[in-house]
Amino acid sequence: MTASEYDSERPPELPGRGRRGGRRRDRPRPVGADGGREAPMVPEAEFTSYYGRPVVKAVPWGAEIAAYLFLGGVAGGSAALGAGAQLTGRPTLCRNCRLAALTSVSLGAVALVHDLGRPERFLNMLRVIKLTSPMSLGSWILSVFSAGASVAAVAEVDRMTGERLPLGPLRRVLRAVEGPAGLEAAAFGPLLAVYTAVLLADTATPTWNHAHDELPFVFVSSASLASAGLAMITTPVAETAPARRLALLGVVGDLVATQVMRRRMDPVVAETLHEGRPGTLLRLSEALAVAGGIGTLLGGRRRPVAAAAGLALVAASALTRFGVLGAGIRSAKDPRYTIEPQKRRLAARRAAGITDDSITTSG
Amino acid sequence: MPQLAGPTDPAADARWTNVQPRKGFFTDTSICIGCKACEVACKEWNHNPRNGDLELLGSSYDNTGALGASTWRHVAFIEQGREQIEEARATGRALVDLGMPGLGPPAAGASPAAAGSSSAAASSAIGPAAAGPAAETMLSGTPEMPPDTPEFRWLMSSDVCKHCTHAGCLDVCPTGALFRTEFGTVVVQDDVCNGCGTCVAGCPFGVIERRTDGTAAPKTKRGERKGEQPEVPNLGVAQKCTLCYDRLVDDQTPACAKTCPTESIKFGDREDMVALAKERVAELHAQGRTEARLYGANELDGVGGTGSVFLLLDEPEVYGLPPDPRVPTADLPRMFKRAGLAAAGMAAAAAISFIGARR
Repeated sequence: MTASEYDSERPPELPGRGRRGGRRRDRPRPVGADGGREAPMVPEAEFTSYYGRPVVKAVPWGAEIAAYLFLGGVAGGSAALGAGAQLTGRPTLCRNCRLAALTSVSLGAVALVHDLGRPERFLNMLRVIKLTSPMSLGSWILSVFSAGASVAAVAEVDRMTGERLPLGPLRRVLRAVEGPAGLEAAAFGPLLAVYTAVLLADTATPTWNHAHDELPFVFVSSASLASAGLAMITTPVAETAPARRLALLGVVGDLVATQVMRRRMDPVVAETLHEGRPGTLLRLSEALAVAGGIGTLLGGRRRPVAAAAGLALVAASALTRFGVLGAGIRSAKDPRYTIEPQKRRLAARRAAGITDDSITTSG
Repeated sequence: MPQLAGPTDPAADARWTNVQPRKGFFTDTSICIGCKACEVACKEWNHNPRNGDLELLGSSYDNTGALGASTWRHVAFIEQGREQIEEARATGRALVDLGMPGLGPPAAGASPAAAGSSSAAASSAIGPAAAGPAAETMLSGTPEMPPDTPEFRWLMSSDVCKHCTHAGCLDVCPTGALFRTEFGTVVVQDDVCNGCGTCVAGCPFGVIERRTDGTAAPKTKRGERKGEQPEVPNLGVAQKCTLCYDRLVDDQTPACAKTCPTESIKFGDREDMVALAKERVAELHAQGRTEARLYGANELDGVGGTGSVFLLLDEPEVYGLPPDPRVPTADLPRMFKRAGLAAAGMAAAAAISFIGARR
């Protein structure tokens, strides 16, 4: 295009990357070329981007948010288990689940506040109730859940310490409301476990948005198996039969929902669930969930095996959350995952004769 | 709950009582000269701090990189050769052939005389063959004259917040820090935002961002950053273009539009901007420049139309814009249903686990 005396100084252009300027075309990387995994059917597509820079911005969320996704799930599931134990007369399971619920929800809230850009303004989360904002609804769910979980757990602590908490006349009130409080927390427990899925799905981050139909099921399954796993660690086997059953249901739900999510997702975007560190975490999570499920099924009535299986399940849930968060951030950082599915769906609509809803128009 | 998708007047939808005419930009990239005066004027007026460490990015003359917390106007530079120019012309022509709304080949009388005179020389030099026979038949009777050299062109485009009719950032903001103004624009309240970052993921255009101290890496030593810099305001808070809300309330033009020397950035009532954009694209088509197309002018698109309308000369992704953005909240009712189902499933699983469990 230009000819100057300095042309001889230029490095030779790389083959296949000969084009200069802003149009950068990337062929899809071969998937499953290692032969180790099933290769998804990735349509051949070329895409252009602006110097390979992202189109959408990756959310500025760190490990704290992944930890919160996990802890919120554990708290919600524990409250549900605690209420079941409360109603069916399993005092140890009830106590341990109530304590687990309060501990995990507290740690989760701290993680959440710590990740804010302005942590001192965390109370602004309760400034409005906004139905279009999953984060707003989630903040209210978290608050209402924490109220019930706190009362129930404080009652347990009071009993454990031989009524040494300086409660005075409030002790009678506490005894009266701990039951309803435990049930209230249990009612909000599943909501606490599931809202984070909507929080992730209601974004322009490709992996999360494309998973919006299945992510809630992945998250409640993950929460169930994690809270059940924790109960199997903390509680003698005599009282954990329901926890073992919930763990098995959780494992089955988790495996099925994850598979469905991967299969129904846009095949290009689904890559982010297989590749890189998030892919490794998710594979490890699946293996641990299977191992924990088998351990629960075969040795759940022996305390050491139950505890080991429980630990595997808790770890599986944590890895799922870190994997899903990481996969989403990865998908936002690579323009391919934004541009290719959008171009494809636009072309599909046009092929179907719908030509009036494109953001690009000729006039 | 406000309307989640489809055409609407956003200010009225936000229940303003003194709704003002919706304001917007029309950025005509065909006359942008890439001077970056808009970037500078925006930074000056809004006291936005420096971004990054003044490095050369190796992307033509674009060393700004992208829109962000401290960059509310960003001029993109794209260098293209013959093959890409022809491709752009072909994709634009395909759009015309699709019969997109409000378009159509310009009416016979519409081909402006200016089109013929200003580059008759170019027309005769290149000839109709350059644009291909399809353009010729479609735009029959109009003079054929792409004014760029067929060998090379430089695309320059000043990007900005789209101020969507259905704004993803605004929808998901949990504190109410982001709000819809009476002008139909979207603005962050610096003193309310707690920096949760949800809006960053909510924007389908990658515009809004949480402000850090402006350097890519944390400072380790005093003086390591180049130059003395004033303290960064609004740290840890989401920031983006306000369409100069402070100027709008005083009936002033936003800083970028005010400073633009070629009037590539036009500002006014959105209705007028869209009309202007349609006129301009028809004018370019009449000149045989079928690569011209509008971005954001269609209120039936995934975000209900944008307040900032663009005239582009290639596919949107070439400029770093999403080709088919959709506000995520449009699917929120469905997501809530699925989540409700999942939560009910979890409660049922817990109940089943206890019913009939061995003691």
